[in-house]
Amino acid sequence: MIESRVTRREFMKGAGALAAASCLPVSLVELAFADERQNFTFAYISDAHIQHISGTKFVRNWDRGLIRAVAETNLMTPKPDFVVFGGDLAQLGTKAELDHGAEMLAKLNVKYRCVMGEHDYYLDLGKYWSELFGPHYYSWDHKGVHFVVLNSILTYDDWTHNRWPTAEQRMLEMAGLDNPNGSPFMVGEAQRKWLAEDLAKVKKDTPLVVFSHSPIQKIYKGWNFWTEDAEEVQALLASYSDPTVIYGHVHQIQYNQIGKIAFHSVMATAWPWPYPESYAQAQAQGQIQFPKLTVPMNRADPFFERDATGWQFIDVASGRTTMKYNLYNNTNRVVAFNTKTGQPEDTAFQDQAGRIEPQIHY
Amino acid sequence: MSRKIAAFVLAAAAVAAIAGGITGGITARADEFTKEDLARWEQEYMSVVQTGRELWTSPSLGTNGVACAQCHPNAANTHPETYPKFQQQIGRVIALRDMINWCIQQPLEGKPLALDDPRMVAIEAYVAYERRGVEMAPGKH
Repeated sequence: MIESRVTRREFMKGAGALAAASCLPVSLVELAFADERQNFTFAYISDAHIQHISGTKFVRNWDRGLIRAVAETNLMTPKPDFVVFGGDLAQLGTKAELDHGAEMLAKLNVKYRCVMGEHDYYLDLGKYWSELFGPHYYSWDHKGVHFVVLNSILTYDDWTHNRWPTAEQRMLEMAGLDNPNGSPFMVGEAQRKWLAEDLAKVKKDTPLVVFSHSPIQKIYKGWNFWTEDAEEVQALLASYSDPTVIYGHVHQIQYNQIGKIAFHSVMATAWPWPYPESYAQAQAQGQIQFPKLTVPMNRADPFFERDATGWQFIDVASGRTTMKYNLYNNTNRVVAFNTKTGQPEDTAFQDQAGRIEPQIHY
Repeated sequence: MSRKIAAFVLAAAAVAAIAGGITGGITARADEFTKEDLARWEQEYMSVVQTGRELWTSPSLGTNGVACAQCHPNAANTHPETYPKFQQQIGRVIALRDMINWCIQQPLEGKPLALDDPRMVAIEAYVAYERRGVEMAPGKH
């Protein structure tokens, strides 16, 4: 908690230097700060969905996505301060999948931290994952920013403990994104209580970044682009001056602003998902509340295996996050907080006139 | 209408008139059906849609455990209303079933289905059902 005494004003020193540097290709940029309380960068890799076939065989396509993201993250100059893996390392939560994924993540040349995804959890309720990666929710301070990891993919106890004859079936039922037998994600009361206690020690002007697997907002329940107790969690963050939520799960670019809270999603390394509006039945029934702010990413071209997948590096200039999406076979995207409008915006495509045809999904 | 087709239509009408005369004792007409008929046809169709949904979420089409629904929940982003269309990556006009087979061979690492395989019909039925109500847009990229 020592570092959270750093005020926002102090934290902002050096923002100018980073803004200038960001005009250059990042691989050529080297920044050396004399004062350690400065802007910094971290990388975010998510949704690898490592899928076991049998024996030593895993689905090659998903393996390649994670291997590439790790290799590229290792090439970053300057090095990111840390890496976050945003959940769904495994497809069906098995020891084989988690071990294989952990082996690939172990090649990262900086410290990494993990977020729990539903594909990691619902076989053994996160037991083996914990042996590899530690607690399911936790917080830490880094250079004046308070970081929180939530396990947002819990659900109703009855569904988890009483509904399914085997753990394997429970895992399979939750693994199907569009499976009507699934159950809505939630943070849950115990963890919200922990969060309130954790935040009680953090000053209100401390930049706050929360990592979760599911969006802590309600977009489309049918695919669990959803957290059942989103409003309760948002209420705990709302009294901070610069809260940000970064989430995985959706395999696509999303961003939103609710009150003072900025929301950003991250890309998957495995495969992209369609935007929910492209599911005609849900759209016709008015079941989708998609963030109007989001300029969608381009429609994926399946003939380019890694298209519409990727990873991102994030800088925390001025206490707000700038998302730099590293997209393969596609133009990279930058979504940054616009202090004039008070919301995250795409630096190239926010203006309607700047958009291009493949950004329309149907 | 070409002369050949016009001649065929006339011939067909004549055959129908004769047939009508022969079967004049039967009251049912070709274009008349009951609510029970409609219910049965709907049920037949929906059972194939259901088979299609099962295939869509099943690893059985491929060899690596991957299912169609992994990338296409509720068959979204398959836009069946645009097929047949010029598939620019292949360089010719193809039908939806060609793309289904492409997906079975590439991401699912499986063997393509025969184009008249009942499983192919079921998959097409499911994809179209999830897209019901959307305007036809043949050729749209």
